Formats: sequence, structure tokens, C-alpha cells
Amino acid sequence: MPPILTVTALEKRFSAHGHPVVDRLSFEVQQGEILALLGASGCGKTTILRLIAGLERPDAGEVRLNGAVIAGPGVHVPPEKRAVGLVFQDYALFPHLNVAENVAFGLHTIPPDERRKRCDRVVKMLGLNGYEKRRPEQLSGGQQQRVALARTLATAPDVILLDEPFSNLDALLRQTTRQEIRDILKKAGMTAILVTHDQEEALSFADRVAVIWNGQIEQVGTPEEVYYEPRTLFVAQFLGRTNLLLSMAYGDRAETPLGTVSLNRPASGNVLLSLRPEHLTLEPGGSTGTAGTVVEKEFRGHDATFRVKVNGSDYLVHMHSRTDFEPGDAVSVRALQPAVVLEKRIPGA
Amino acid sequence: MRSSFRRLLRWYFVVPTGLVAVGLAIPLAYLVYRGLGAESSRVFELVLSVRNARLLANTVLLAAGVLLAATLLSFPMAWLTARTDLRPRRLFAVVGVVPLAVPGYVMAYVILGLTGSYGMIARLTAVDVPSVSGYWGALIALSIYTSPYLFLNLRAAMLQLDPALEEAARSLGYNSRQVLLRVTLPQLRPAFLAGALLVTLHVMGDFGVVSLMRFETFSYAIYLQFAAAYDRTYAALLALMLLAMTVVVLYVEVRLLRDVPLFRGGAVSRWAHAGAPLGRWRAAAASYAVLFTVVALVIPVATILTWTFSGSAVELNRLARPLWNAVTASGPAAFSAALLAVPIAYMSVRLSSRLTKGIERLAYVGYAIPPLALALAYIFFSLSAAPALYQTLGLLVTAYTLHFLAEAIGPVRSALYLAPRHVEEAARSLGRTPLRAFTAATLPLLRTGIVVSIAFVFLSALKELPLTILLSPPGFETLSINVWSYTSEAMFGSAGPYALTLIVLSAAFVALLLRHETSPAVGIQSGAD
Repeated sequence: MPPILTVTALEKRFSAHGHPVVDRLSFEVQQGEILALLGASGCGKTTILRLIAGLERPDAGEVRLNGAVIAGPGVHVPPEKRAVGLVFQDYALFPHLNVAENVAFGLHTIPPDERRKRCDRVVKMLGLNGYEKRRPEQLSGGQQQRVALARTLATAPDVILLDEPFSNLDALLRQTTRQEIRDILKKAGMTAILVTHDQEEALSFADRVAVIWNGQIEQVGTPEEVYYEPRTLFVAQFLGRTNLLLSMAYGDRAETPLGTVSLNRPASGNVLLSLRPEHLTLEPGGSTGTAGTVVEKEFRGHDATFRVKVNGSDYLVHMHSRTDFEPGDAVSVRALQPAVVLEKRIPGA
Repeated sequence: MRSSFRRLLRWYFVVPTGLVAVGLAIPLAYLVYRGLGAESSRVFELVLSVRNARLLANTVLLAAGVLLAATLLSFPMAWLTARTDLRPRRLFAVVGVVPLAVPGYVMAYVILGLTGSYGMIARLTAVDVPSVSGYWGALIALSIYTSPYLFLNLRAAMLQLDPALEEAARSLGYNSRQVLLRVTLPQLRPAFLAGALLVTLHVMGDFGVVSLMRFETFSYAIYLQFAAAYDRTYAALLALMLLAMTVVVLYVEVRLLRDVPLFRGGAVSRWAHAGAPLGRWRAAAASYAVLFTVVALVIPVATILTWTFSGSAVELNRLARPLWNAVTASGPAAFSAALLAVPIAYMSVRLSSRLTKGIERLAYVGYAIPPLALALAYIFFSLSAAPALYQTLGLLVTAYTLHFLAEAIGPVRSALYLAPRHVEEAARSLGRTPLRAFTAATLPLLRTGIVVSIAFVFLSALKELPLTILLSPPGFETLSINVWSYTSEAMFGSAGPYALTLIVLSAAFVALLLRHETSPAVGIQSGAD
């Protein structure tokens, strides 16, 4: 099946000679898929959304929706003519309209009967029934968030763009809302692009994650792929804590400061390896593995992170919190999984 | 609640509040007594006359016409300077406020001095233009003069609009024209209403323009009745009708504002307005702004200069006396207004409650009362209760103070919002009484605000016409009185130097307004929230 949205060599700069904010960016989104664009603030991810929505014009490259060019050389379909819905980070609810009027706002071209029906359906779908007559200021943050989503869903766009949609919610609400909204989007079969700086959000919400750095995609893949098999140093570090090992590789094995470990792919010579803390384990001193000393224990509820000193360097090991090692204990460190070989590439080059 | 009420019982809160309340209430009571005290049959006969219906129609028509024309003048200026890439932005923003530098009655003088068979245009070009006066003359002068009140409010609101709302509407399928009608304009409603209220109050209270243009509104009729006829009951009744009209306008404003939410969801979008590119419209936009300046400032100044130097030699020493008179009345008024403004603003900001907000609103009542009605109230009061005060400088200063108090409160209140609360509490914990803690810790931080307050009231009182005409001591010449009386006798050359001096002083007022953007316009708006 052809992708519903195709972005090809997209480029955008805000000053004539400055570094491009979006730099020859290409990706595809399949029908019904949720793609997360994950990156630090200022990496250009919101600009990508605005380019797709038509609120900015690209300097080069093109955007195709259902095969038709909507942005490209000499082509700029205005935002209102694109079947692309945008949910703003600050919701952008119309303060002078109530919930029902906000939700029906994008349905101005369809007959009133049909409009009411669609509005009702979306309001129910998002659990906003009973709140139709309220003004945005009379709603909680989570409710405002859902009105913003309902307003966009009501127009049944081909692609829905979500700009940091959960960042204005508090931590507790964020998790539940995230799950609810993912369910709603999936049930409606919506294609969505989510922009976020929160790796946990990207990993739990999206079907695929594109890690953005300096306006370019560093890596794109399923959450498991980008987390467990980061291709670059940036991706490895951005998606969570990791142990970096400067090693000498011989085919599918490498000599590392933590002893000999197997590799996820063959390599040779000097390589940088990444081993997530949960891929290491500790055993009592003297067991097979590399000898070290526990320096610190960070208790985190159901699990614990240990800082272990091996030959003068510190490594992180993530284990069940019942493991009763204490600072000062002699331990052996062992890799449970193959280490990930990171690409030799100077970031941004 | 009770303890904060007890704090309000200190003399430095009670005395200023009492002075303002008594200063407004007692004269108004006399006005009511004077008007309604007559036999009821006579009152009915006087109120329900055809003439009153005409006065009402004239006043309403003028207010509506000025509101429409001022909106047409100010909206494009506000839009160009807030939402487009017209540069230099700052300079064009000043242009929108420039009309305030030419008081309404000076603008009336300019129009009368330009048109007609003896006007400047006829004299310079030998083309006989018809004389512009009456409704259209009043409309033009007042529309130009009051347009900055709308401009300031609209521009501030346009700058605060969240661009994300417009973008959201675009992505929901609205084209740019629909976005303007459905999203942008509804959000400008509160600002428009605030500006429209000020314009309407000014038109209803205006005396200078309508009297020079000989267009009979309530204000002008009150003056004629008082100055020329003996029937003061009718004058009082006219003033009461004008007051009732003001109350209706204020009520409508409150009702219209009630349902307007001033809420913005979440944080302000980070994507600031870049300003729509004007493209090939740039020249047209710039010429509009230039034309605006020419009409609002260049033509008035040029006309006055030509009149001034076309006649006999200008005697600058003739300016000295009216200027000094104006200063002796405006100076004390400015200081006493600032003195009252500090405790009232302090109560409303630091001891905020319904009561203290109500006290602050009292000051805005003084601002909203049409000056002729206020003047008449003071006259009736002094004639019957305190004849020794009648036509004294003291009474004039009191009227100025209460009328312009609202202008003094704005800057002090802004300064109070900026001054940290904790310094005063620190002073308290270091052993100062509340009053001494205030003077030691907070007052120094309010210095600029107080100076601005004094300057606002001083300059406003210098320009003031109707209160000055009715309340000043006999033979008391001021700049405003002289411009008005010479102009009403078509002695444009003699009025010139006074008019020019007034423009210079008003320009100082505008400069102050632009530096400290707490205009009375903004004050009224936030005072009504």
C-alpha cells in the first residue's frame, strides 16, 4: 500500500544564510500509523508539523498527501484546503465559543443536521458529553486537551498532527490521557504524527519513532528498535541512560572494559558500544564476569540502579530492587545481551 | 475579611474615600434636588418636550456617527501597525495617537478657520468652499480627536492575539477572510467596547466642539440654558437627562462585556506574529498613515500658524496671563488628584476586595460624568450651601481633581503592581507602623508613577474647557477659554497663539502617554474588570 504522507528532502531555514531548521528531511507515514517525531526542543520538529499543515512554506523538498503534492516547488495548498488536522500544544481553543461550537467549528461547510450528528459523535467519543455548553475557561487542562482533539477529529482529516499535546498536563493526568487518546486514534483508524521531546511518551504512544537531531532524522524505527538498537550515539543517549564502551571488535565479538561481549552486528577495529543498564547484571564477587565494586545504589521502587566501579570507570546496572547488594560490595558484572555497535559518525556532519 | 476591613478604617484610607464620595455625591444631590424639586407637572412638561427629543436624537446621532467614523479611521491604523510589516512600526504607532495633540475644540477651530468664504482655503486659493459646521463639522472634529482611544485599545488587543487561534482556524478549513470574521474580530470585541465607551463618553460630554459648530446636543443646550436663559430648573433637568444617558451607556457596556471571556487557553503560542507582508500594498498603506498625520496634525498646525501670522503682530506677552491662570488652577488639581490616587490605588491593589474595587470605581464615575453636568452640580451646590465658594479657584480645582482622578490612579496602580509586596512586610517586621512602612518601603518605588499621574492630570486640566468656563472666577482667562471665545466670534487670528500653545502642551501629554502606556483609556478598561 502506498504511504498516505510522504515527505521528501524537505528544507526550511528562517534566515537566509543560517543553518537550516529542517534539513533535507525525508520520511513516510502509512495509513493508520502513529509516527512520533522525537527530539530536544529547538531541533525543528514543530517546524516540520507546520510545514505539513501549510502554516509555513518549505524552501525546498516536497510534501505529498495521498500521492498529490501539497507543498513543493511552485505548489502551496493553503492550510484550509489540506486534509491535515493540527492539534496545538496550547490547544488554541476559541475563547469566545463553547465546547460544542469549538468542536463544530471545522464543520462549517456541511449541512447543520449532519454537523450536529458528527459533533455529537465526536463529543461522545472523547467523553465530553455534558460539557457542550461550557466555555473553554471552565474546563480542566485535560478536558481542554480533549476538546482540541475533538475539534480536529470532527473534520475527519487524512492525517492528524499533534504538537506536544500532553506537555501542558500534569504527570498523573498525562499518562492516562495518553493511553485514552492513543486508543481513540487507533479505534478511529487515524493516521497521526506526534511531536514530542519526551522519550517515554514517544516510545509508549507511537508505532514508529523518528529521532530528530539538527533538523535531520537520526534514526527511524519501532520503539523497540530505536531503544534496543540505537544506530548512533545521539539516539542511544537520547532514549535513556546507557553504558558506552570503547572497544576492539573482532567480528561478532569485542573486547570491552567489561570483558568479552557479543555484538548485535559484526564489526572490526575500534568501535563504540552501547549497553543499556538493564542489559547488565550483577552477581556476587568471584562469579564469571568482570570484577567491580558497588559505589552507589539508587532505589526506585520496584527496581534499583547500581553504580559500579570497574577499573576506575563507573557503569550503571539496572536490576530488581530486591537484589541485596550494598555500596562497598564486591561484585561481578556480566552482559545479558549483545552490545549495540554505534555508527562512527560525527553528529551533525 | 473582617481584619482587612479593619485595616480600611485607618484615617489615610477613610479621609480620601470620604472626600471623593462626598465631593461627588453632595453636588449631584443638589443637581437632582434642583431639577426634580420643582412642581411635578412642570417637571413633566419640561422633560417631555419636543425639543428634548431633538436634543436626544442629535446627541445619539452624533455619538453614533463619531463612533463609526473613529472606527473607520483607527482600525486600519491599528491593523497596519500591529499586524503587518509596515515599517517603521514604532513611528506609525505614534501617528495613531497624534490626534490627541489637537484638542477637539482646536480641531473645530481649524475646520471653521479653513472653510467658508472667509476661510483659509478661500483666501489662499480663491476657491469658495462651503462652510463646514453643524453636524458634519462636529462629526469630523470629534472623530479625528477621539480616534486614538479606539486605536490604543484595538492595537493593544491585536498585539495580544494568540496567532495559534488563527492558525487553528486555517487548519480547520477556513480561508483568511473567514478567519478574520469568525475568529479575529470576535476576539477584538472587548477592546473595541472599551474604546467605544471612551469615545461615546467624550462625545456626550463634549461642549467645545458642538458649541463652536452650533450643533445642539444636551451639553450645548445645558450651557445655553444656563448662560443665556434664567430657567435654571430646565438646565438642571437637561443635565440630569444627560446623566441618565451616561448611566444607560455604562449599563449597556457592562452588559455587553459580561459574556465576553478574556481567557486564553494554555500558554501563549511561541510563534509571534511576523506581520503580514504588505507587498504591493505597502505604498498605499504608508500613504494612508501619512495622510492621517497630515489631516490630524500638519493641517491644523499650518492653519493656526497662517491665521496667527496673517493678522496683526503677535503679542506673546498676551499669553503670559492665561498661561499663568491655567497653571494656578491645574497645578493644585494635579497634586491633589495624585494625593487622593495613592491611597485609593493602594486599597484596590493591596487590600483588594469588592469594597475597595468599588471605591476605585467611584473615581471612574467622576470621569464618566459629563463635565457640564458636574459643573452645574457644583454651581447649584455652592450657590445654595456655600455661597462663599461660588466662582472661586478652590471650587474649580476641586472639580478638576474629581473629574481627572481616574487619570491619576492608572499610573500609580501600575507602579504598585510592579513594587514587590515583601519590602513593606519586611519594614513592618523591622518595627514600622503600617503608614511608616509604606512611606519607607513602597512610596519610593511609586515615585515615577506619581510624577506621571501629576503630569497627566496637569495637562488634562490645562486643556479642559466646559468645567473651566462654568466654574472659573469672573474674568479668569485661560488658554482653553480664549481659544473657544475668540473662535466663537470668528476671530481666528486672535485665537491662534492660544491654540498653538495648547497643541504644544497636548503633544507633551501624548509623549507621556506613549512612554507610560497607562492611558486613561487603559485605566477605564482595567477599572471596569
